Amino acid sequence: MPEIPADSVGLVTPQTAHFEDPLELACGKTLPAYDLVYETYGTLNAERTNAVLICHALSGHHHAAGFHAADERKPGWWDAHIGPGKSIDTDRFFVVSLNNLGGCHGSTGPVSINPQTGRQWGPDFPMMTVGDWVHSQARLADRLGIERFAAVIGGSLGGMQVLQWSLAYPERIANAAVIAATPKLSAQNIAFNEVARQAIRSDPDFHDGWYNEHGKVPRRGLKLARMVGHITYLSEDAMGSKFGRDLRSEDLNFGYGVEFQVESYLRHQGDTFSGSFDANTYLLMTKALDYFDPAAVHGGVLAKAVKPAQCPFLVVSFTSDWRFPPSRSRELANALTRAGKSVSYVNIDSPHGHDAFLLPEPRYQAVFTAFMSRAARDLGLEERS
Amino acid sequence: MRADLELIHRWIPQGAHILDLACGDGTLLEALARDKGVSGYGLEIDPAGITACIEKGVNVIEQNLDEGLVNFEDDTYDLVVMTQALQALRRPDRMLDEMLRVADECIITFPNFAYWRHRVHLGIRGYMPVSKTLPHAWYDTPNIHLSTFNDFEHLCREKGLTITDRAVGIRDHEGHWASRLWPNLFGEIAIFRISRQRK
Repeated sequence: MPEIPADSVGLVTPQTAHFEDPLELACGKTLPAYDLVYETYGTLNAERTNAVLICHALSGHHHAAGFHAADERKPGWWDAHIGPGKSIDTDRFFVVSLNNLGGCHGSTGPVSINPQTGRQWGPDFPMMTVGDWVHSQARLADRLGIERFAAVIGGSLGGMQVLQWSLAYPERIANAAVIAATPKLSAQNIAFNEVARQAIRSDPDFHDGWYNEHGKVPRRGLKLARMVGHITYLSEDAMGSKFGRDLRSEDLNFGYGVEFQVESYLRHQGDTFSGSFDANTYLLMTKALDYFDPAAVHGGVLAKAVKPAQCPFLVVSFTSDWRFPPSRSRELANALTRAGKSVSYVNIDSPHGHDAFLLPEPRYQAVFTAFMSRAARDLGLEERS
Repeated sequence: MRADLELIHRWIPQGAHILDLACGDGTLLEALARDKGVSGYGLEIDPAGITACIEKGVNVIEQNLDEGLVNFEDDTYDLVVMTQALQALRRPDRMLDEMLRVADECIITFPNFAYWRHRVHLGIRGYMPVSKTLPHAWYDTPNIHLSTFNDFEHLCREKGLTITDRAVGIRDHEGHWASRLWPNLFGEIAIFRISRQRK
């Protein structure tokens, strides 16, 4: 059995918070009651000033760090950055990570039972927005007795939630780290999402979203959606150095089977994903990405939209990220400087594309650690040890 | 604090909103925020400097100055500061325009190539000068546009800019400011305060 590393938060158990107070959503519908599944790492201090919220990206969930079982092969999705002595130091901070509404890992979503009909929500689950998520996260914070987060942190779609937090609840967030994100999707980003959605929706097993009731799963569509997504998460260089044009066997087959290593990799990623993720959740999460645009109600002027924000920001991009390239992060940084907000912007040199935000990289870790230790100092958080 | 930074610290008014180009580890901005309630941003490309700024709580934007200041609007800052970076830029003259586009006033420091020790190096010994302010060998130096106190004054006159203040520093003797009589000969570091308002 593999040993749990010393800088891991160790064994963790997800918890569920049930809410009876209806949640009004941006789409006009109301979620009557709902569950949020979350994990916590570290200890909330007596003053309740050391809580950090981690917001997940498109296919993420509450399991951000540590292990669910001693023989679990992989730790949580952001284990590189959360733990004792890591960037988000659990000796100082109390970390909360949750599965967003509409997710398929325990929080109320399309696979949950709709209390009004007694059947699964399926495609009837209301559309969610980043704003709705942030609203529900604030209620979880209330439940946990956290008035103000020491920091709200997230990458990609998680970064959008961070930005939304700073605008919707400026007095409840002391620091914001927006990583590999964008203030709004480009037409190209939306186009990629639409290809992914069409792959799912055109799968004969999709049944207009009622696939579970038909005892089916639109696996082929999900697989294609994930394959497209995966291409956009890696950089050309990362793919090139990982696979090049390497062939699976020595001779060309002149057929449509798997010949190149990269084909094999994508199919494997797609297969794994399609066996574990809900199609309706994928549709809903990509739509939430498309809808996010806090500047829209301010005539597209982001510098006006960010006016309510009060906290210091760290904005991080990665040089080879072409899903949300550095120019998109710079847009946000520029809007914040124009609005006279406290912001630092860093562009990390990385060959790993959009995925770089999940990986350990010395400069990224140094910057992140510097930001978090300054935050801890400002908030008067002492190291526990 | 470095001698040139100390002087700049004195020159910057209380509560000013400034940009510090090539802000290094954020020493100046940190001191200005603490002592004078100055706000603003540092621009830097050196990773170690950027991390040091973030650790200090100094706002720093990773940005290559050769790409200009396009992301900053006209007349949005009280002052722009640039210490010991002019000589490393591709077009120092254009940067001067940029600085005076976003603010009415700027403060610039750079190594004075006409400093007497440098003259000795080149004039008598026949080697490119290497000193504390110019610590690189000719082949690996980032300094591609070395100039003198006189050269810079000439550029400002050509551009019709007003030199509101100037000083020279000698790095070996912090706080000791050489005679204003022959700044081009005795100044190791040239320090200029320039404004775009014509007299």
